[in-house]
Amino acid sequence: MKPFGYVRADDVDTAIATVATEPGARFLGGGTNLVDLMKLGVERPALLVDVSRLPLTGIDPLRDGRWRIGANVRNSDLAAHPVIRSRFPALSQALLAGASGQLRNAATTGGNLLQRTRCLYFQDVSKPCNKRSPGSGCPAREGVHRDLAILGHSEHCVATHPSDLAVALAALDASVVLRGPDGERRVALTEFHRLPADLPERDTVIAHDELLTAVELPAPPPGHSAYRKARDRASYAFALASVAAVLDVRDGEVREARLAFGGLAAKPWRARVAEQALRGAPATEGSFRRAAEAELAAARPLRDNGFKVPLARNLATQVLTSLADAHHQSPSAR
Amino acid sequence: MRPPETGAPLRRLEGQLKVTGSARYAVEYALPETAYAWPVPATVARGEVRAVHAADALAMPGALAVLSHENAPRLGPADDPILSVLQDPHVPHRGWYVALAVAETLEVARAMAAALQIDYAADAHDTVLTSGHPKLYEPEQANGGHPARRESGDFDGAYAASAVRVDATYTMEAEHNHPMEPHASTAHWVDGGLTVYDSNQGSTKVKQALAPLFGLRPEQVTVVAEHVGGGFGSKGTPRPQAVLAAMAARHVGRPVRLALPRAQLAGVVGHRAPTIQRLRIGADRQGRIDALAHEILTHTSTVKEFVEQAATPSRTMYTSPNSRTTHHVAALDVPSPSWMRAPGEAPGMYALESAMDELAVALDIDPIELRVRNDPAVEPDTGKPFSSRHLVECLREGARLFGWADRDPRPRSRREGRQLIGTGVASATYPVLVSPSTAEACTEPGGGYRVRINATDIGTGARTVLAQVAADALGVPVDHVLIDIGCSDLPAAPLAGGSSGTASWGWAVHRACRRLRALVEEAGGDEVPSTTLRAFADTAGEADAASDYARHAFGAHFAEVAVDADTGETRVRRLLGVFAAGHILNSRTGRSQFIGGMVMGLGMALLEGSTMDPVFGDFAERDLASYHVPSCADVPAVEAHWIDEDDRHLNPMGSKGIGEIGIVGTAAAIGNALHHATGVRLRELPMTPDRVLAHLG
Repeated sequence: MKPFGYVRADDVDTAIATVATEPGARFLGGGTNLVDLMKLGVERPALLVDVSRLPLTGIDPLRDGRWRIGANVRNSDLAAHPVIRSRFPALSQALLAGASGQLRNAATTGGNLLQRTRCLYFQDVSKPCNKRSPGSGCPAREGVHRDLAILGHSEHCVATHPSDLAVALAALDASVVLRGPDGERRVALTEFHRLPADLPERDTVIAHDELLTAVELPAPPPGHSAYRKARDRASYAFALASVAAVLDVRDGEVREARLAFGGLAAKPWRARVAEQALRGAPATEGSFRRAAEAELAAARPLRDNGFKVPLARNLATQVLTSLADAHHQSPSAR
Repeated sequence: MRPPETGAPLRRLEGQLKVTGSARYAVEYALPETAYAWPVPATVARGEVRAVHAADALAMPGALAVLSHENAPRLGPADDPILSVLQDPHVPHRGWYVALAVAETLEVARAMAAALQIDYAADAHDTVLTSGHPKLYEPEQANGGHPARRESGDFDGAYAASAVRVDATYTMEAEHNHPMEPHASTAHWVDGGLTVYDSNQGSTKVKQALAPLFGLRPEQVTVVAEHVGGGFGSKGTPRPQAVLAAMAARHVGRPVRLALPRAQLAGVVGHRAPTIQRLRIGADRQGRIDALAHEILTHTSTVKEFVEQAATPSRTMYTSPNSRTTHHVAALDVPSPSWMRAPGEAPGMYALESAMDELAVALDIDPIELRVRNDPAVEPDTGKPFSSRHLVECLREGARLFGWADRDPRPRSRREGRQLIGTGVASATYPVLVSPSTAEACTEPGGGYRVRINATDIGTGARTVLAQVAADALGVPVDHVLIDIGCSDLPAAPLAGGSSGTASWGWAVHRACRRLRALVEEAGGDEVPSTTLRAFADTAGEADAASDYARHAFGAHFAEVAVDADTGETRVRRLLGVFAAGHILNSRTGRSQFIGGMVMGLGMALLEGSTMDPVFGDFAERDLASYHVPSCADVPAVEAHWIDEDDRHLNPMGSKGIGEIGIVGTAAAIGNALHHATGVRLRELPMTPDRVLAHLG
């Protein structure tokens, strides 16, 4: 491990200023990914600015039914929060589907969104990887890629983003608050993570000197929400594919549907094509399946990950069907 | 009369030390001036090291040395070529060690390793086993000294004439043992002698390996393995870390610590080789098997030949007048495979017991009944009578406990929402292996007894069980017995492997304690004798004597699974095993062995697999986030039961080994349950959602 400096930030602006003046600096949250990557030699920061003690720990109501979640709220605390559980169940379910109890106790909301891909090549410094070492090549296309992307990948990178939380937030129309030396900006979660194109080393649109300080949730949308993750083992495994969905049904017809896939791309994949197909469609398993298929028509699977197409289709169909059933049983639930 | 100590659920003697962190493992011995080493694996899968540029690494503050084939001390002859480290520039596979960095601290050693520039001349590699691989050949023997081929009768003719035939090929990826404690050593030279604290399954063997490598007499080497955090076979043979640590310690003149990083283990400490197994079974309409062929394709490395003996259980399990069991192997540019819990039996019984289920379905006969109809009176391959064989009793008792009678045999007959539910059964077997051992027992000055033997407790409870054996042989309560194990200065003993440890060590302990008891009685039977009385035992010639009996443990596995029809996710709901493994010497640690094996079998069935990276020629998974072993959430109700056998043809304790049989039938039982749930016969391990879903559509 390369020697590095460590400072504990006392306030947000000092933390930002410190990172802004040191190109090799990184913000440190719960450390559940960054520290691992440092041990592997993937991340080699010169300075860690520990922001984990900053008072970004609130889960607070804003006007108009919106909620603000501080970047330092631990994954387990967020998952267990009564309002999150009752009004944003997809969010709570997504958090609980991720990692292990111990990791969720340490991992922060901000850090979760900024974690890096678990592509095996990215994590192995003895092998090329365009995301880790731009221009070195992407062996995953010909190598081991069962877990990697089927949507939005490029010739330079086929990595997936590993977060479950991000997928639920994408479906819930959340945004992130980014604070830099010149003030704050808000970015829709769906625009926060990037597809690789020809810059696979850039996972998100955040600038080096910006700190993710909060996530903002709009008022809970009408209808029911849920998150479902398919994985190799029952706990402590990344998604082979996952689905976050919000469904509002009236008189057997879909009024509004929001759907996001995880495990399929370098970002949470908001399924706009499927949503469009669902609006006004009968709330039936057949509609759900056709909508998912319409979205997944864009998939470009690699040699060994074609199973993700039917998997994602089936997951979406299963989740939307169960949400429609829930509607049938309690149509006024929010 | 006092009840015997053996059989009682005695808690582990060292349990408190372990849970309080005071049990010391190989790199927890604090020696003054200890230096740290970090090994450097080859990054090509075949070729040669052209040059090692160490200047940058050696310039680091705290750097002590860089060893490579260019400057490493010459080693003496090695029985096992994987121990001839840093002796020549040849790279036989990716991950093979090509250098070692030594420094004042672990961090510096690691940074030095990263800073080394190594030039290679790389050749094209050949690492993927296929059924038509041109390098496949028939070896003389498979692991364990089993003949590679056995034939009896006329398989081809009988199979062709059979009324009902099953012909199925089962494939398994490589698997890795991944014990919690990695392979680790602290080596220390004093006055020309070598002491190594080493994580292994048998330190007598490590001592015997190290002495000639370093030009020492065996008595100049001490290997300590007081506590070991698991091995599952991967520590059964001496591993390179002990050699590297000793080499580095001699080179820098200080003790050296070396714990292999998890990410490097897949390349250097063995694996269960991938197998492609073809099973052909021919039977009559009543299910009586007339022809059985079990043919194995597997790989080994170019460093040494190791042939997974997966066809051998088919020589023991079922009556078949016409049979063929064969092994073929290809020497590829891969790490050397080795033992992993139940080598041979675990993969072989997965295939055989899956094929038996296929035959039961083809015949429309209950799978338990099919096995009962083919239960042999004598071992099919040798014609020897069994010393004890209670497979049928295990199946019947398991069926009763599991509720098998209520089962609707039709596939896809149980559904709960989107979950398809199924149950399956499979048999298990594991041979009784036993090796000669020595042991010593003596009286203690203040009363009580001490037993000394270089047994190794790799987490199984061996220390505890041996104390129980000693207590019964001495006729005293177990708390009158002190037991010393885990050091090669103690009386020599074989390794903890092949489920043979307790039988081998226990035999010698029993013998020594019986002799000591006789000495005590001769001396008047005083509880606190005036002089130390001492008795020694060596079971050579006896423990390894050929038996007139076929000696094997047997078992029956039952599994219930739920398969998500949408995702292919397969989760086990219940596992139940019934075992007939002689006399169980400690019901607590025995149960732990059985259920531990079953959980590992669950991993083998559904989760574990090391993917051969075709681009780089190495195993892709390098940590426990990507190499999936069962998490707590994967492990449902697991029950282990046993039939206590009274078998007089084993050893003085009447025990068979129990360390491995728990894994043996689990994967087939789960696969058979998956078939019952879905109607899908998946002939590939692990049965991950992608593979299951491909058949569910």
